Amino acid sequence: MSIFKKYFTKDKKEDLDKGLEKTKKSIFGKIANAVAGKSKVDESFLDELEGILISSDVGLDTTVKIIERLEAKVAEVKYLNTSELNSILKRVIVDILAENNTEDLEDFVYPDYHRPYVLLVVGVNGVGKTTTIGKLAYQYKKRGKKVVLGAADTFRAAAVDQLKIWADRNEVQFFSKGMNTDPAAVAYEAVQYAMNEDAHICIIDTAGRLHTKKHLMDELTKIKNSINKKLPGAPHEVMLVLDATTGQNAVEQATKFTEATDVTSLAMTKLDGSAKGGVVLSISDQFKIPIKYIGVGEGIEQLQIFNKASFVDSLFDG
Amino acid sequence: MFNTLSEKLDSAFKNLSGSGKLTEINVAQSIKEIRRALVAADVNYKIAKEFTDKVKDKAMGSKNLLKAVKPGEMMVKIVMDEMVELMGGQSVGINVKGNPGVVLIAGLQGSGKTTFTGKLAKFLKEKKRHKVLVAACDVYRPAAINQLTVLAESIGVDIYKEIDNKNPIDIAGNAVAYAHQNNYNVLIVDTAGRLAVDEEMMNEIEGIKNAITPTETLFVVDSMTGQDAVNTAAAFNEKINYDGVVLTKLDGDTRGGAALSIKYTVGKPIKFASTGEQMDALDVFHPERMASRILGMGDIVSFVEKAQEQFDEKEAKRIEKKIKKNKFDFNDFLGQLNQIKKMGDIKSLLGMIPGMSKLKDIDIDDNAFSKVESIIQSMTPHERANPDVLNMSRKKRISKGCGRNIHEINMFIKQFNQMRKMMHMMSKGNGMNQMMEKLNNMQGFK
Repeated sequence: MSIFKKYFTKDKKEDLDKGLEKTKKSIFGKIANAVAGKSKVDESFLDELEGILISSDVGLDTTVKIIERLEAKVAEVKYLNTSELNSILKRVIVDILAENNTEDLEDFVYPDYHRPYVLLVVGVNGVGKTTTIGKLAYQYKKRGKKVVLGAADTFRAAAVDQLKIWADRNEVQFFSKGMNTDPAAVAYEAVQYAMNEDAHICIIDTAGRLHTKKHLMDELTKIKNSINKKLPGAPHEVMLVLDATTGQNAVEQATKFTEATDVTSLAMTKLDGSAKGGVVLSISDQFKIPIKYIGVGEGIEQLQIFNKASFVDSLFDG
Repeated sequence: MFNTLSEKLDSAFKNLSGSGKLTEINVAQSIKEIRRALVAADVNYKIAKEFTDKVKDKAMGSKNLLKAVKPGEMMVKIVMDEMVELMGGQSVGINVKGNPGVVLIAGLQGSGKTTFTGKLAKFLKEKKRHKVLVAACDVYRPAAINQLTVLAESIGVDIYKEIDNKNPIDIAGNAVAYAHQNNYNVLIVDTAGRLAVDEEMMNEIEGIKNAITPTETLFVVDSMTGQDAVNTAAAFNEKINYDGVVLTKLDGDTRGGAALSIKYTVGKPIKFASTGEQMDALDVFHPERMASRILGMGDIVSFVEKAQEQFDEKEAKRIEKKIKKNKFDFNDFLGQLNQIKKMGDIKSLLGMIPGMSKLKDIDIDDNAFSKVESIIQSMTPHERANPDVLNMSRKKRISKGCGRNIHEINMFIKQFNQMRKMMHMMSKGNGMNQMMEKLNNMQGFK
């Protein structure tokens, strides 16, 4: 998963020696290029760094933060070679992710003293909620869990069918009341169904909605409340799915969905592709909500556990 | 007209006001602000740079800017004009001439292709009176074909599909033949979402295009897309050389810088703006609104349009008569409230008014009306039609009915009466000054 690959390969292709083929793809390569022959971090280097970060959707605020911290760090050390600079920058970015204050998961696990563990999945239209649910169901099924998928997207044409296909594909249980039914009622009964079936985990899909639509956000709150009414303490997890190709609007989305449903985890989809992924830094920096999963391809197995260290490595190692 | 960007620019100029004239330095300072505004709106970093450099040259050459009382506003105007020119140009319709005319729809996953296909089909059927057929060529995503089937049915348009065929190039080709045989005027071909870096899938969409030689190829893109919009738009353009762009999900609060980036990069016109999940939420693209939106200056035209949509002329005339006779009552007031509510979430409405975009951060309770409503709904029909009959014992009963205390009831009635008086005065054409005076004295309006 080479997050910044495209940006770098496109940009400095002709300038670089073939021997540097691999390095040039990474932030490190780009920075090495920027500081070649220099012994200090100057204005033009910082400008270039700003460009690199912003072009990866890191966002203004977080970019400024990274640059300020880098400046503070290099002020302590007089002389820098490129590898030192590289490791300082890496450190700064790891720190920002670490301040998110969350532990990395090792595997597809959840607190299994809850049974059923109820996971409510929310997000704007077209981010990949249903696909993510399908991939999650696959992982949990593989680990011997009894999974129920609840189809509370009763609005978008054929949304119920879409989830049903994922349920069949994974051979897990499925609960639906059909299209155009009350999503809060579906969620309530899906939890009931999971309880009756003694399922381990109940994942509830919801309709995509723009966070600016007050009545739809209210509906989401209602869905959450009705789950809680059926099973106190549930939903145990509210997962917001964000599309990694989204720009700064992702921050708005996280804010508004959190207001409506107290989002407790994030999934970033569509991270395969090209110069994306910077939004992960921006979201981590501005929200204390852990990123749990990242979608890196269309295949059923291409949902990964998010790991800070390996993510940062992927930023730096082409 | 105030707004955050031009205010910022004004202050950038003010900092150097002692010099008495604009220098390259303070223009440069304001250019930096503009660049930041563009980048914050997801305009591609490099494009923001190039674009603002161009603006800078224009600004330095502009005599008006040097003389302007508010150079900030003048600067914004230069930026706006430049953006509108870039994103606009001659508006071009879509080409559906042919036997049948064929429209190919392509884009990333989740950008809104299938929903747009439905909207376009409805538009061509109802506004252009075409006999339309849609073809389902997304053979990958679960239930994608069902989705288009349901949409087609809901708008009364026929669909061509081959459930067991996994080859979208064949399906698309067969759909064209079918449309031709059955005398459809237009065929719209919906395809699977694909990433620009997925070579196999990109070859497939090229294959589809070659197989059906569309009269119009549209690239559908989510208006919330970030910096990568440029790469994606360029990659699709390279493969399928599309004729136009469709911007979706513009009903959200994204600033939509992707629109500028894409137009700048590929130079293809933006032909449609998609603004909701309903099948008729389709609009032609307005470059000046988009420019204003990208700069974070609100979208007054959309605001007015939204208001007009809900505007009922007969009702307005009736209310006007009542106001003139000073007979405006609680029923009318409730009716007005409902009209406002129909326009949508108050915050997003306010955000459309230039200068009000700052208000977005203030917490405005959408239920602010509910208090007033509960009070009115606790009145008898007689009381609603005759506001003057409200005496203490009636107020006490209303207070019990709606669970608000008597003070709140009194406040509301007082405000209502003030409003009524003011409207009456306006209708008689009394001087504006008198009204402003009243306004200033009014409680709750400060």
